Amino acid sequence: MADLDIFREETRSWLEANCPEEMRQPVRDEEDVYWGGRKATFKNDAQKAWFDICVEKGYTVPAWPKEYGGAGLSAAEAKVLRQEMARINARPPLSSFGIWMLGPALLQFGTEGQKQRFLNEIARGEIRWCQGYSEPGSGSDLVSMQTFGEDKGDHWEVSGQKIWTSYADQADWIFCLVRTDKANKYQGITFMLFDMENEGVSTKPILLISGNSPFCETFFDNVKVPKSYGEDCPGQVGEVNRGWDVAKYLLGHEREMISGAGGGGLTSAIGAAMQRHVAKDGGDLDPVLRSELAMFDVDALAYAAMGEKFLDEMKTGRGHPAQPNMMKYVGTELNKRRHELMMSAGGSRSLEWDSEETSGGKPSRNWLRTKANSIEGGTSEVMLNVVSKRILDLPGA
Amino acid sequence: MPLYYDEDQTMLADTAAQFMAEEGAINKQLRHWRDRDCPDGFGHALWKQFAEMGFTGILVGEEDGGMGMGNVEAGIVLEQIGRNLTPSPFLTSSVLAATALKEGSADMRSRYMPGLISGDCVFAVAIDEGAKHRPERIKTKAEKSGNGFKLSGQKSFVIQGASADMIVVAARTSGSDADEDGITLFAVPKDAAGMEHDSVRLVDSSMATHTKFDGVELDGDAVIGEVDGGREILNKVLNAGRIGSAAEGCGVAGAAMDMTVDYLKQRKQFGKLIGEFQALQHRAAHLYSEVEIARAVTIKAGQLLDGGSEKADLMVSVAKAKVGQTAGLAVREGVQMHGGIGMTDEYDIGLYMKRDKALNEFLGDAYYHADRVARLSGY
Ligand SMILES: Cc1cc2nc3c(=O)[nH]c(=O)nc-3n(C[C@H](O)[C@H](O)[C@H](O)COP(=O)(O)OP(=O)(O)OC[C@H]3O[C@@H](n4cnc5c(N)ncnc54)[C@H](O)[C@@H]3O)c2cc1C
Ligand SMILES: Cc1cc2nc3c(=O)[nH]c(=O)nc-3n(C[C@H](O)[C@H](O)[C@H](O)COP(=O)(O)OP(=O)(O)OC[C@H]3O[C@@H](n4cnc5c(N)ncnc54)[C@H](O)[C@@H]3O)c2cc1C
Repeated sequence: MADLDIFREETRSWLEANCPEEMRQPVRDEEDVYWGGRKATFKNDAQKAWFDICVEKGYTVPAWPKEYGGAGLSAAEAKVLRQEMARINARPPLSSFGIWMLGPALLQFGTEGQKQRFLNEIARGEIRWCQGYSEPGSGSDLVSMQTFGEDKGDHWEVSGQKIWTSYADQADWIFCLVRTDKANKYQGITFMLFDMENEGVSTKPILLISGNSPFCETFFDNVKVPKSYGEDCPGQVGEVNRGWDVAKYLLGHEREMISGAGGGGLTSAIGAAMQRHVAKDGGDLDPVLRSELAMFDVDALAYAAMGEKFLDEMKTGRGHPAQPNMMKYVGTELNKRRHELMMSAGGSRSLEWDSEETSGGKPSRNWLRTKANSIEGGTSEVMLNVVSKRILDLPGA
Repeated sequence: MPLYYDEDQTMLADTAAQFMAEEGAINKQLRHWRDRDCPDGFGHALWKQFAEMGFTGILVGEEDGGMGMGNVEAGIVLEQIGRNLTPSPFLTSSVLAATALKEGSADMRSRYMPGLISGDCVFAVAIDEGAKHRPERIKTKAEKSGNGFKLSGQKSFVIQGASADMIVVAARTSGSDADEDGITLFAVPKDAAGMEHDSVRLVDSSMATHTKFDGVELDGDAVIGEVDGGREILNKVLNAGRIGSAAEGCGVAGAAMDMTVDYLKQRKQFGKLIGEFQALQHRAAHLYSEVEIARAVTIKAGQLLDGGSEKADLMVSVAKAKVGQTAGLAVREGVQMHGGIGMTDEYDIGLYMKRDKALNEFLGDAYYHADRVARLSGY
């Protein structure tokens, strides 16, 4: 306990000394998030300085071992760091699918060579990754995916199409599910890693209802994927044909992240802020809206307690392995409700699509974006299926 | 503090679970006393057993012969009470009255704690004066009279009022109805002259009284804490009672859900187990999620309360509101998914529905507490 207090003190003064003032504000838009990668540029000097010092300290991935670019913090220390960063509103120095998804999967399933190379690249923000799972015919029923890789001796020749690939057009590499055995549904999928600049890879953005298009269709046309990137560094994670295990493990992380259980900001109360918002305009909350906000706050604060319990239990191996599905279901439904209420409290102002006042229509664009929360990473219906089968043990149809 | 039970708490939970399932079981207690129209609504022999198990004095300080534990531990016992619908004075005596008495003088504590701990006594708490929980308004008056006070007014829905050897009464010693200050808590003994109980049986078979105080004469030493300074104690009593009833509500919700999920795995219609229908699976999975969240926030609020956190008031209301909603959902879904059989007296699921209704109303329903969350948050 005492050690942890010392760590807290140290962390606090380190942050005080090293986190620039400009980085101590909530993220307002996409520009405030640094994603790294070959095409990345910094928004300003503060963002760069904060990123650089964090890389040096291992704080882009604090809980990863030092040899892979992390700071080797224990779970308890990592929690303290999170809390201290939240206390001063410090922005994450680096955001990436490499950190949230691929990294944990490599830590679990990667070879030493893969860890050395890819984890360090992720920690230093050198390579930006995207996730190639979904296909036009395979969303919820992911295991039906068809993108095929033919064995050509020293490489695979991959052809097919992915869809919904978030930021594919800005990503450097893709972690991708490829069918390598057509006869075997679950045990015929390989989890491959390859460069998006390989010949035959192309992407096409998809415009969303929010007016933004960070998602792409991704096409593979006879793409040559090497079987090896050097000694002890195969081109696939896990064994050939056993990529489904890796994919499932990684989905667990994705669901935790989307649910906000991983420390995201979607679990706080909003009523008081909405009241102030309405008051600024000289109005009052309608009584019915006020009561809906109050019920929302009850649910959000209760969910925050669940998130805390969930993390505490994960650390000690308590809790059910399908619990992330429950967290994802509730967290995403709550987030949609939050934005519905924020739109209502904002009134006509929040309808503005591109005004300066609304920073380019942020309220409505965000509201529309949240509708994907209960679809991406597995839909609410699929989460409920998992909970009813795996936790409640209800019979299969 | 991590949000799961430590070793001692886990042991307490196991002990309480076993005891309540065996001794406090529905057939042995709730149905037994209900079918005999018992005027207490619970069995005194069981209350003595509670004492033997060490439950009665769970919140009482060790210096007074109790266990000196916190609201989290009381909640652990209450969750098991909720699961088994065990009727007992635990919530009113060991949680509400005990929390009030802890603020009393050494003399008062030595007068009442031994009887509470041994299970020989039952205490009640009288706060509300109408059909909805409104502790902000207290009309019942206690006027100075000689060395003591004269108590006049009426209290509604005093749970176990008629069975109680002593009732903790919140009365006004100065100011007007809605004033924050000017409240005093009194320990009013059963035999006080001028006290009249009108007993009513509630939907869950528990007994309550509408109690009239017609110039009830009280000695100065009936005062708990300071004259006019009772609001703070009352708030402690309410917090303890609210988080306690939330914990019991978690038990009610959890048991109703478990019964229902079990039923889904047994009942066949259309040549299938009804648990195979996705329409029911999704509702069950949704219910599970809500029950888990309600439990998490109840433990959280209990920990904050025991730790003396300034966030405790808010989180206690969050918990009471969340559990109120969740347990309501659990029993409604429970009866519906049981089909026709859920409507019969013979099946227990309806008993859970009744208990939930009474618990939800007790010390403020989900609406009251959501409103309080809004007010405490500044809107
Ligand atoms: C914003 C966004 C970002 C995404 N990012 C990525 C990414 O980076 N990489 C990637 O690979 N994918 C990504 N996806 C894809 C995402 O994983 C899929 O959209 C998701 O799995 C749902 O698949 P689908 O869209 O094909 O819907 P479908 O599977 O066709 O579902 C349609 C509807 O049917 C319901 N349904 C389907 N099956 C069942 C069932 N068994 N029981 C009950 N209901 C069912 C669904 O719940 C849904 O309501 C993203 C999606 C979005 C919206
Ligand atoms: C007060 C009362 C009075 C009644 N009076 C009469 C009367 O006068 N005459 C008479 O003949 N009957 C009467 N009934 C019986 C009534 O019609 C049945 O209770 C009703 O049809 C439901 O059947 P069940 O009780 O067997 O429930 P079940 O069929 O076992 O249903 C249990 C649960 O499973 C659900 N379920 C079942 N099948 C499906 C499915 N395919 N998909 C999704 N969910 C499903 C149900 O909706 C329910 O929630 C009465 C019932 C009650 C409660």
